[in-house]
Amino acid sequence: MMQNDENTLLEVSGLRTVFDTRAGVVCAVDGVDVTVRRGECLGVVGESGSGKSVTFGSVMGLVRAPGRIDAGSIIFEGQDLRALGPGQMRAIRGRDIAMTMQDALTALNPALTVGEQIREVLEAHDEELPARGAARRRAIRERAVEMLGLVGIPSPGERLRQYPHEFSGGMRQRIMIAIALASRPKLLIADEPTTALDVTIQAQVLELISDIRARLGMSVVLITHDLGVVAEHCERVMVMYAGQVVEQGPTRDVISAPQHPYTKGLLASIPRPALRGERIHPIQGQVPDLIDLPPQCRFYSRCPLAGPDCLKNIAMQPAGPRRMARCIRVENAATRQEAEV
Amino acid sequence: MIAQADTALLDVQRLSKTYLGRHNLADRLSGRKQTRVQAVSDVSFGVRPGEILGLIGESGCGKSTLGRSILRLHEPSAGKVVFDGVDVTGLDDAAMKAMRRRMQIIFQDPYASLNPRRTVAEIVGLPLKLHGLTKTPTEARDKVVAMVEKVGLKSAHLDRYPHQFSGGQRQRIGIARALVSNPEFIVCDEPVSALDVSIQAQIIELLTDLKQEMGLTYLFISHDISVIGYLSDRVAVMYLGEIVEMGPVESILTGPRHPYTQSLMSAVPEVDAGVRKARVRLTGDLPSPLSPPSGCKFHTRCPLAIDICRRQAPVTERVGNGHQAACHRLNENLSLLDPVGT
Repeated sequence: MMQNDENTLLEVSGLRTVFDTRAGVVCAVDGVDVTVRRGECLGVVGESGSGKSVTFGSVMGLVRAPGRIDAGSIIFEGQDLRALGPGQMRAIRGRDIAMTMQDALTALNPALTVGEQIREVLEAHDEELPARGAARRRAIRERAVEMLGLVGIPSPGERLRQYPHEFSGGMRQRIMIAIALASRPKLLIADEPTTALDVTIQAQVLELISDIRARLGMSVVLITHDLGVVAEHCERVMVMYAGQVVEQGPTRDVISAPQHPYTKGLLASIPRPALRGERIHPIQGQVPDLIDLPPQCRFYSRCPLAGPDCLKNIAMQPAGPRRMARCIRVENAATRQEAEV
Repeated sequence: MIAQADTALLDVQRLSKTYLGRHNLADRLSGRKQTRVQAVSDVSFGVRPGEILGLIGESGCGKSTLGRSILRLHEPSAGKVVFDGVDVTGLDDAAMKAMRRRMQIIFQDPYASLNPRRTVAEIVGLPLKLHGLTKTPTEARDKVVAMVEKVGLKSAHLDRYPHQFSGGQRQRIGIARALVSNPEFIVCDEPVSALDVSIQAQIIELLTDLKQEMGLTYLFISHDISVIGYLSDRVAVMYLGEIVEMGPVESILTGPRHPYTQSLMSAVPEVDAGVRKARVRLTGDLPSPLSPPSGCKFHTRCPLAIDICRRQAPVTERVGNGHQAACHRLNENLSLLDPVGT
């Protein structure tokens, strides 16, 4: 380990991931910094196109042409992942860092049984297994049964022989989590693990992830668009907008007193039964096109506080204890909020 | 069952929809039984003029089928749909077509529900043409322009194709198409589920404004309790093809009586830390509608299930003012949400 803080598991700084398209260079992730500490659950919130999946796809080394990582460093346990060759990266991906995808049906291999898919991970990454022969096969099977049991699949022994299409949506999402957890990763990146699921099943899957995190002591990055999910499961939250982090801090503080106008707008636009009869206040307009963006605040066109001084690159600024926001009116915004209350 | 006010604009009476599976010669020769899925079974409710009835349930519970059966986009298998005093299930094609001018639908997926080969002007203008509502092309164009502007698009957008729009804008096109014929009743089938949070809020605001402006009545189908709770006047909760609980939104939100409604409420992640609630943990998945459980269909997942629930289907009982529920244990006043009651 380098001079890295003992507690830091993943440190991404200045990450810039771009996609070359015929229309121009799309800057999907622009100068993103992320820190994930050991054992913590970090929530990453943003709407489609905000760069949340591309950021963590970059961490996993999953960005393919026409996409490329243009700048930045990704330090995992003191090791720069960008400097690694494909073979070295493969040894880390799936073993130390695992990722579950939003759509379990397309992420799982339809032609392999669930048992075979868990076996693949163990074959590739588990060095503790017996080297060969019947003992190895038995050990792998036991681990696979254990993993399916861990994620709450009834009669795991029999279900190992089944194919993904034989499972319901919630079950498939759990199978993907089982596959991701099979190698006992230090970091689990869960990309919208519950978006495709019904609320009662969503609650089950999220509690499962929280339980396993507590039991195995791993870190979790929970990518979601649902602030309610973050509020219940993550200690820290990072809000992304148009390829940048616009606000981050302890979840409770960010939700109770958002500093960035986008975070405020996002919270104000969630319809809630408590707001019956009142008007909700949606953020007007749309996310800007990420091609050839001028140097200005990305939220400029939709921001109620925008002024001529926002027409330059805006850096993250301190916005309270352990908090940062990418807005030059942070002070302003804070006082305004107090005035409202 | 609760008698609906005679002033109901829409009165759905014992509506059922059964889908039949494939049953070819080989299946028949080998004596295999035809599979049937009862997507909606024996559902009754009314919607008053100017009201928003929220219909909530998880995927596969039959809420979309119900919405579509009301408009006869899927032909109901049994039951009646009375709209403004007319039983639409008995109408012939021509009369049904005329009725459709007054009953419209907004679909969930703004990508799949617009014809990619037609311009916005053609898509929004089609209902006018079909129902012969305008006499001259200029009049039609004017109406389309007015409608498109009403939903927040510009007249410059008229000659573009759906793929040139974002999801939120496409949903606006779908809304314009549904409203251009000046209907009275709209089935909103998960109109905001496919959209991002900030866009979702814009569409909800638009639907609320249009309802006021045009005097509309909505059947609002959604799986999102926050949206339903914010918008609806009354709420109906569906589980495996049946309405298990229905009532005024305040009673459903503050005093849900059916264990399924209670667990549904408790499963919603809450943004405000102050209102964190007891969580009911449902085990298992939604049973397959191909072989629904006997008795009360919720008994396989219900923490309160007792013997009678497995054998006998509960009847719908009145539990409050305009509030009804179907559960064997209603009288025991058990609540999953109240830690003392469990």
